[in-house]
Amino acid sequence: MFHSETGVFKTSYAADMALFPLPVARWAIAGLAALFVGVVPLMFTPYLMTLLNLVLIAVVGAIGLGILTGYTGQISIGHGGFMSVGAYTAANLIVRLGLPFWLAIPAGGLMAALIGIVVGIPSLRIKGIYLAVATLASQFIIEWTINHVTWISGGIEASIQVPPPSVFGWKLQSPVQLYFFLLFFAVLAIVATLNLMRSRIGRAFIAIRDQDIAAEIIGIDIFRYKLYAFAISSFYAGVTGVLYTYYLGIANYEQFGIDVSINYLAMIIIGGLGSVLGAVLGAAFITILPEATRLFLTDFGGALFSPDTIRRLVPNLTLILFGGLIIFFLIVEPEGLNRLWRNIRNYFRFWPFSY
Amino acid sequence: MTARSTGFIALTLGAALAGACAGSARAGDKTIIIGMQCDRTGPTQVVGTSLCPGTHDYIDLINSQGGVDGWKIDVPEVDTAYQVPPAIEEYEHAKQEGAVGVMIYGTPQTEALNQRLEQDKMPGTSPGFGIAASGDGHYYPYLFPIAANYWSQGAAAVKFAKDQLGGSLKGKKIAYIFYDNPAGHEPLPVIEDLAKIEGFQLQTFAVPPPGVDVSSQVLAIAQQYRPDFVIDHTFGKSPALVIKGLKQNGYPLTHVVALVWASGEADIMGAGGWSVAQGYNTMQFAGAGENYPVINEIKAMYKKEGKAPPAGMQSTVYYNRGVQQGALWVAALKNALTLTHGQKPTPTDVKKGFEMIHDFTLGGLNASLTITPNDHEGGGWVRIFQVKGDGFVPETQWFRAYRNLVVAREQKTAEQMAAKAN
Repeated sequence: MFHSETGVFKTSYAADMALFPLPVARWAIAGLAALFVGVVPLMFTPYLMTLLNLVLIAVVGAIGLGILTGYTGQISIGHGGFMSVGAYTAANLIVRLGLPFWLAIPAGGLMAALIGIVVGIPSLRIKGIYLAVATLASQFIIEWTINHVTWISGGIEASIQVPPPSVFGWKLQSPVQLYFFLLFFAVLAIVATLNLMRSRIGRAFIAIRDQDIAAEIIGIDIFRYKLYAFAISSFYAGVTGVLYTYYLGIANYEQFGIDVSINYLAMIIIGGLGSVLGAVLGAAFITILPEATRLFLTDFGGALFSPDTIRRLVPNLTLILFGGLIIFFLIVEPEGLNRLWRNIRNYFRFWPFSY
Repeated sequence: MTARSTGFIALTLGAALAGACAGSARAGDKTIIIGMQCDRTGPTQVVGTSLCPGTHDYIDLINSQGGVDGWKIDVPEVDTAYQVPPAIEEYEHAKQEGAVGVMIYGTPQTEALNQRLEQDKMPGTSPGFGIAASGDGHYYPYLFPIAANYWSQGAAAVKFAKDQLGGSLKGKKIAYIFYDNPAGHEPLPVIEDLAKIEGFQLQTFAVPPPGVDVSSQVLAIAQQYRPDFVIDHTFGKSPALVIKGLKQNGYPLTHVVALVWASGEADIMGAGGWSVAQGYNTMQFAGAGENYPVINEIKAMYKKEGKAPPAGMQSTVYYNRGVQQGALWVAALKNALTLTHGQKPTPTDVKKGFEMIHDFTLGGLNASLTITPNDHEGGGWVRIFQVKGDGFVPETQWFRAYRNLVVAREQKTAEQMAAKAN
């Protein structure tokens, strides 16, 4: 187990591109799998499971946004809109046609991908801040459409109730049951993205991000690959929307506002742009941060502040921390939590020969 | 980044994690926990910053008097910033800590939690927002709106307009200006039904989110449509702009009635103060102003402790709604404790406790409220307060209007929702 290399010795492309470059990585994955499948559901209370479930949903969305923003370099602040497209598509199919989850989830994703392609069309001509504003517009257009077209929104307060997902006749309702349901999709998203990024399409994305003119010159059809990026990314967002819908038992577009889009951007910035692990870490960090701040202050802040002060302090402190952390990471560690992890890992990889 | 700063971050993270894990070391022997969701940040913070202190102050007052039959009440608060995921987290956390119920804040949050409440048999309150149909306790057994819902508010607004315009609305013109989100649309079907019944002409004016510009809508109302009455159902920053805009365009504010979330002191201040808003009619489900015994008791409590009353108290409209919310929970707990003969009540007991609330007035702070297993809305009472001088002056008694129509719609919608869910 504890073996350390004394350098990087790779003799083939296959070895360079392997998912698990070291045997220890295989062991780590096996260990993590045992932890998340076996230990966590037994050890965690329902409340912690709830937190973890929200992290898992956020992981799918953050990875999706990471494909577009982190890997392809196209900024989007309209991801909340794509999530509501997925949510309402699935909710309507579930309620009207009684589709099971294994059809509703891809259907929601595909509809979001379709809308994502339309939104992505301007990306050939416009870049950076201009593209951001175009995606922002899509966010508002989608919100407006759902709010005003009752055929989509179902009529009452623009929300559609859906029954819980059922597997082989089992209704998944408790936090632990939903945990396995969500874990499946989170793992699927992680594995799919890791492999996507090792493929021709993934390399094209990265080439476009690094220098789009150069990418075009070496023969990458920029327009097509940018649309691929938008489609795949919105597919993930759509699936996130459906998972949310199943998790909450309700599709409601007010949950997918502009603040959600910003939150997801924060996740991938803090986690580290252009890495799957970064998206996972960022999603976990941003989801847990407000709860951790609150519990920390309510349990340990009593010595310094009165209860009333704590109540007023907590929500605002969370916002300050949120903004402060984004600035902190942008300045001090633009590659985010992912880079911190890599630093630690690389230190031990060649240990004790750290240079 | 250097190894040292990495270490610092690891330390911070560790501390945060420790905080997350140490959460469940509360709850003494004789403590009843009620989860509470607030929004002191986010788009509707103007409500939360006054409403939540109101609830806490009332609970503190009860605790300082020895609690409910010797049981102290603990109300752990969570700021949701009007987002849904924190509401779910807080709900599960409260449930784990053994809460007997949860005070919800926000319409989408209420909708998202509704299924969980039913599944866990846990009562939740959504005063003045949430699912209008949930007034029907038969189909929404664990959701308690405990205040006039949007349909009751819309009906009351039409009734008020009718009374102000001499008892008939035939051939009159009414403008409905609303925030263009689901909650803003909610009263519309009732007002449209009433337009047919009463024979008035109705035109709607939508204010798109985020509602920071209403100039074109106000201009269209005051200069083009020139209605006999305006019903204002906006939230956030918009109500202040509506007041200011109508005033500038010469529309008489005495012919404007605002539904409950456009009726706070903050809206008046935002419009330019009391002098600007003279005559503006506001609808309340908890009385406005400070002249109530319970408010004096809270002031006395602060005086005894030698502390200044909280700043939120000056915003009497929302503060009083917070007090009302706390008081209704205390009343429900009191009833639940008579059911259990002083034993710790279960969430189901508290639900029954709510349904036993009878002729509850809180010294005039609210209408005589009666909640039954069928009526979780408590009758749908409201009262109109007009801006006169430097404050709100009651313009009507507690009243409700077109009750049959509202109840029939609640029942019909609830049945539809129930049919769809199965």
